[in-house]
Amino acid sequence: MISKNYIITAADGIHARPATALVKLTKRFKATISMKKGERTVKINSLLNILSLAAKGGDTITIIVDGEDEVGALVAIDIFFHDELKHL
Amino acid sequence: MINGIGVSTGIAIGKAFILQKQANALTGVLLADDSLIDIEVEKFDTAVNKALIEVNILIDSYDEANGNEGLEILEAHIELLSDPQIKEDVTEKISAEKKNVNDAVIEVIAAAVAMFAGMDDEYMQARAADVHDIGRRILSNLNASGKSSAQTYSPDTIIIAEDLSPSDTISLDIKNVAGFATQMGGKTSHAAIVAKSRGIPAIVGCGVSLNKIKNGDLLILDGQTGDILINPDKETIFGYRLKRESWLVETALLKSQKDKPTVTTDGTTIQLFANIANANEMEQAHDFGAEGSGLLRTELLFMNRDSLPTEDQQFEFYKAVALKAKGKPVVIRTLDIGGDKQLPYFNIPAEQNPFLGYRAIRICLDRPELFSSQLRAILRASAFGKLKIMFPMIANVQEIRAAKVILNQAIDELSNTGISFDRAIETGIMIEIPSAAVTADLLAKEVDFFSIGTNDLCQYTLAVDRMNEKISHLYDPYNPGVLRLIDNVIKQAHKNNIEVGMCGELASDPNATLLLMGMGLTEFSMSATSIPHIKNIIINNHMNLAHQIYRQVMAMDNSTLIAAYLKEITT
Repeated sequence: MISKNYIITAADGIHARPATALVKLTKRFKATISMKKGERTVKINSLLNILSLAAKGGDTITIIVDGEDEVGALVAIDIFFHDELKHL
Repeated sequence: MINGIGVSTGIAIGKAFILQKQANALTGVLLADDSLIDIEVEKFDTAVNKALIEVNILIDSYDEANGNEGLEILEAHIELLSDPQIKEDVTEKISAEKKNVNDAVIEVIAAAVAMFAGMDDEYMQARAADVHDIGRRILSNLNASGKSSAQTYSPDTIIIAEDLSPSDTISLDIKNVAGFATQMGGKTSHAAIVAKSRGIPAIVGCGVSLNKIKNGDLLILDGQTGDILINPDKETIFGYRLKRESWLVETALLKSQKDKPTVTTDGTTIQLFANIANANEMEQAHDFGAEGSGLLRTELLFMNRDSLPTEDQQFEFYKAVALKAKGKPVVIRTLDIGGDKQLPYFNIPAEQNPFLGYRAIRICLDRPELFSSQLRAILRASAFGKLKIMFPMIANVQEIRAAKVILNQAIDELSNTGISFDRAIETGIMIEIPSAAVTADLLAKEVDFFSIGTNDLCQYTLAVDRMNEKISHLYDPYNPGVLRLIDNVIKQAHKNNIEVGMCGELASDPNATLLLMGMGLTEFSMSATSIPHIKNIIINNHMNLAHQIYRQVMAMDNSTLIAAYLKEITT
């Protein structure tokens, strides 16, 4: 299991478009990917769950990846938060 | 007249059509025995699959000319329909609570809707509509009764509804729907977003006053002001028809140059920025083609309140603007109060000549604690975007140096705390006092950029109070003296390799655009709505003409003739 913190750099936070992209991303991996904001942790294979965290621009969230392909999954997550999110 | 929130600009004139929606009700019937559980779950899966097919059909038939927004909403609906959390919750209700599938879906959807509606974020609140929408779609497939075939309307129909679901809005028959108004909804509801991307005027959040409208009433919708007029008289209709015509011309202009770079016919790039007062205006500015902001006025943050905003409040304000700028530059002008802008909690004694008095940088240098908290807030926000700092009302080199001492202290303080910020943040000054324009060669060595504030520069150079109506005819930016000062500032900036822009009224004056380009100006900042018009001038002209106009105007000695000449050559 590995975890990593990210600061949301997109102005609108994780709204529907990036959340949809995240759900699609998780489908590429066997590992279970969860997101933690404050006290709540949710699996991010669910759009409803991601949106329920209401992560805004400037918020810090933690991503937890668990499974055989967790390293690859985290690389994809890294690219998502550092680069792709800005263009979504 | 009814007033709501105008979310998509434009004028619609047409006949009202009131859209009714059926409600889904709980049955309260529990499952008779456990053998029915699997059957109910299977019914759910089947309904979801049918709903997915429906949404996929909407996606396939989606006309991309309507913008990507609608498509993205539909893709989000696909994810929501196949959401494992919703499936888990529904299955749980069926198997543990013995609910029938209809009731299970209604309850799960209602809980999710309530969760979104209860969030303190307007955008997230609006997502309740999406969950509600997919819920309705599943239910109508479960009951197979509520099959709604796509509604067709007669030309120039204005839809009146309690609320429009995102998929209602997407599948609206755009050829005949002139606009819509709803009781519910906010600025970020999907209905609003879709209306904007499809270019139909829309007003949301009208409340129950919308019940006053009857089927067939003649309506005028003004998507800018949020006004709805019911059965107006002929004169009013005529006035709005004219407004509608000019709106159509404007949108056509915007659309035609939306993705075109601001480049003259000979390939010279000009940059157009927006003058803004908050994050919301930054967001809107992108739609008009702004490449960032050349002037963020910070006075609004200090006005309309009882006490000074704290450093943290300021930080949140600047951060929001930085994030909304999406990586594009934002020039933040430090506090510019005094003159005609007074703060109630900040007692500046009445002065004989407030415009020549205790204002702007003069106050900031006199009250370093106030200045310093603003600078720290801006620096902290610089971690979230490309921010620049601009000092107003600079008259000499010493004021720049004094301001920079305070800025450098703020930088040192922040460095010690380990807070991340843009260490190489650019600093510049407003050129609005004649002495600054004349000594631009000296000032250029102290800063990264100049921004010419033509309103104050003009009133100080000509000794004309721009608030005094008796002498308003003397306020004249085409005065050869004013033009020579502007010309000098641009030349000195180029000579010293620093950037120079203009953020005063003259920057949005279509008659002055080519003249200023001829002087060598390449950065213009103006109200966002002026950008399309100015851009249109730039992309249809050659720098040769700009240089020719410049030479001609600088040889003229009469501003009335200059104004007439510029007007003639631009039209």
